[in-house]
Amino acid sequence: MYQYDELDQAFIEQRVAEFRDQTRRHLAGELSADEFRPLRLRNGLYLQRHAPMLRIAIPYGLLAAHQLAALAAITRRYDRGYGHFTTRQNLQLNWPRLADVPDILAELASVQMHAIQTSGNCVRNVTADHLAGVNPEEVDDPRPYCEIIRQWATQHPEFTYLPRKFKIAVTGAPEDRAASQVHDIGLHLKRDADGKLGFTVLVGGGLGRAPMIGHVIREFLPLADLLGYLEAILRVYNRHGRRDNIHKARIKVLVKSLGPATFREQVETQWRSRSAHATPLLPEQIERARACFRPQPYAALADLDVSAGREAAFLAWYRYNTRAHRVPGYRAVFVSLKAHGQPPGDMTAQQMESVAALAEAVSFGLVRVTHSQNLLLADVRQSDLHEVWLKLKELGLAMPNIGTLTDIIACPGLDFCSLANAGTLGLAKQIQERFDDLDYLYDLGEIEIKISGCMNGCGHHHVGHIGILGVEKRGEEWYQLTLGGSANGFTALGEVIGPSLPRDEVAGAIERIAETYRALRTESERFIDTLRRVGLEPFRERVYALHPAAA
Amino acid sequence: MRYILRRREIVADDWYHLGEDIPAGCPLIIPLAQLRMDPERWRQWPAALGVRLAPADAPEDLTDELPGLALVAVEFPGSGDGRGYTLGRLLREDPRFHGELRAVGAGVRQDQVFLMSRCGFDSLELAPGEDLEAARRALQRYDVVYQPGSPAAGAAAPIRAQRF
Repeated sequence: MYQYDELDQAFIEQRVAEFRDQTRRHLAGELSADEFRPLRLRNGLYLQRHAPMLRIAIPYGLLAAHQLAALAAITRRYDRGYGHFTTRQNLQLNWPRLADVPDILAELASVQMHAIQTSGNCVRNVTADHLAGVNPEEVDDPRPYCEIIRQWATQHPEFTYLPRKFKIAVTGAPEDRAASQVHDIGLHLKRDADGKLGFTVLVGGGLGRAPMIGHVIREFLPLADLLGYLEAILRVYNRHGRRDNIHKARIKVLVKSLGPATFREQVETQWRSRSAHATPLLPEQIERARACFRPQPYAALADLDVSAGREAAFLAWYRYNTRAHRVPGYRAVFVSLKAHGQPPGDMTAQQMESVAALAEAVSFGLVRVTHSQNLLLADVRQSDLHEVWLKLKELGLAMPNIGTLTDIIACPGLDFCSLANAGTLGLAKQIQERFDDLDYLYDLGEIEIKISGCMNGCGHHHVGHIGILGVEKRGEEWYQLTLGGSANGFTALGEVIGPSLPRDEVAGAIERIAETYRALRTESERFIDTLRRVGLEPFRERVYALHPAAA
Repeated sequence: MRYILRRREIVADDWYHLGEDIPAGCPLIIPLAQLRMDPERWRQWPAALGVRLAPADAPEDLTDELPGLALVAVEFPGSGDGRGYTLGRLLREDPRFHGELRAVGAGVRQDQVFLMSRCGFDSLELAPGEDLEAARRALQRYDVVYQPGSPAAGAAAPIRAQRF
């Protein structure tokens, strides 16, 4: 993984010193709440419903075991002994004290971590495919480029006060596990006809109130032009993105209003006109970044038959919670943060410490955070799998439900977030309880449920096979269902199936959706495929048949 | 008398803005719209002339005037409007402009001046009530950066390491 050099370390220490001074001035009344706000946001600090919320950056989701242990120690010392992993591969602390935040940031800096630009109208944490580097189908590992973009975006002199937040995702695989088509910029690694590496550049995707799928504005961008081209896009956006209405300020609105062709033309003109000033990306810099993500020193092993003589529970876990590895004898292993009844993405300090130790023992000391709010041990020997399973089971982290209906993605919702209209965590729990029978869950197969507590869509409900959006109605929490969304390869936005439902009816409605699928599917047809084949109507009818009163 | 930060020094400002109490024949900063309205009048201004750009103005429109301008002021109206950073860099990247680049407005505060100096602003007219000495110190908060900026001579504190 990437190791800080003297520049990186000096930079984050100077950043901590700056934020310590800003916090001091704010607490002393020298810096008003309004003036302090953009500064604290750019250091990951929100003021939330109950307490501040600190969002710690986990660049492209990669953590060293000792960093995960350090996070555990921070949650014990400054918070309530747990944290929440997000869809953008970050970690949120829900109960820090404002006055402690500079100390927390200093502790993070001591293990090469930070909370820089995890919120605010600037370039956010760059995210990547969680199977980067181990996935057999990959064109190239996206993480070196993510790290280059991270550094380039960090306190960018020109792009730190954008019209709105700005999210970039990079993927190197045909299957898009980074939701890159619903990011402000999505970068897909590819090779041209000569075998040279570059990117297909997508712009203007996004969720929130007006969900949109990104447009390809360049089929192939050579690696060396990456930073200059990003600067051209951001320069057009910084000048012309709307600043008069927060709901129309994302780049997707600019791309839509200009039209993708005009937007592309403006970017290309800007890019060509300033080639002398564009930030260069030299081959030695690419090489330096790539050298940090070389393949692990894998042992020469053969693939094993891991099922021989093993219990059914292990086999279910193996099937659902592990994935193919490009190196024979290895497997990628999910650490499920979706135990039924637990808030999706939450992890206790003790679990973090144990997983850190486990990663040291069996996975080269590295852990990944996935877009789906689980962790991943990417490089586990197949011969270690049974022991890893036993250990994860003991920790409550072996729920064999990855990719199934109860592997729910959810934002923190009304329980924590001051923007939310409705709770998400309690609802996730009700759904998990309703689908607690594993045989039934497995029979349903691959179904994604994504829950957002408000229109901002942090739970990515628009791209869930089943999307659930919390809305407030007459002071009560109601939920609107969408069907048919997907962020994976064939990206599509879900369609609202009808009037919203009160909380206690949502799990039942999902059960009726599942039953409709079971009745209509052809053999081995996945939920999303049945839905695409037959359309929404049968599902809509079944959900609302019993609820003429819902309005 | 107004004091500003120019190339990291606190100095008395020798420029006036249109609308202020203006002595005869003083260096004067006028909005771009004024220049467009009556170019003849301003061409005859007896002292140095500067132009002030609002966030939505286009520096590209200054093509003819740029070589002769001793100063361009760019407005930072506050509340996070960051268009001025791009306008500043566009001006510094234009080989025809060699004048003073000044940040003005309610958004010119000690916590933003470092980035402004990196975008090529060599003079900073701070928002009312801002502490000039604190702003001067703030120009030295960082001595390492990742990206190249558009520095003007003497505008920013020395940088000892830069990545790209």
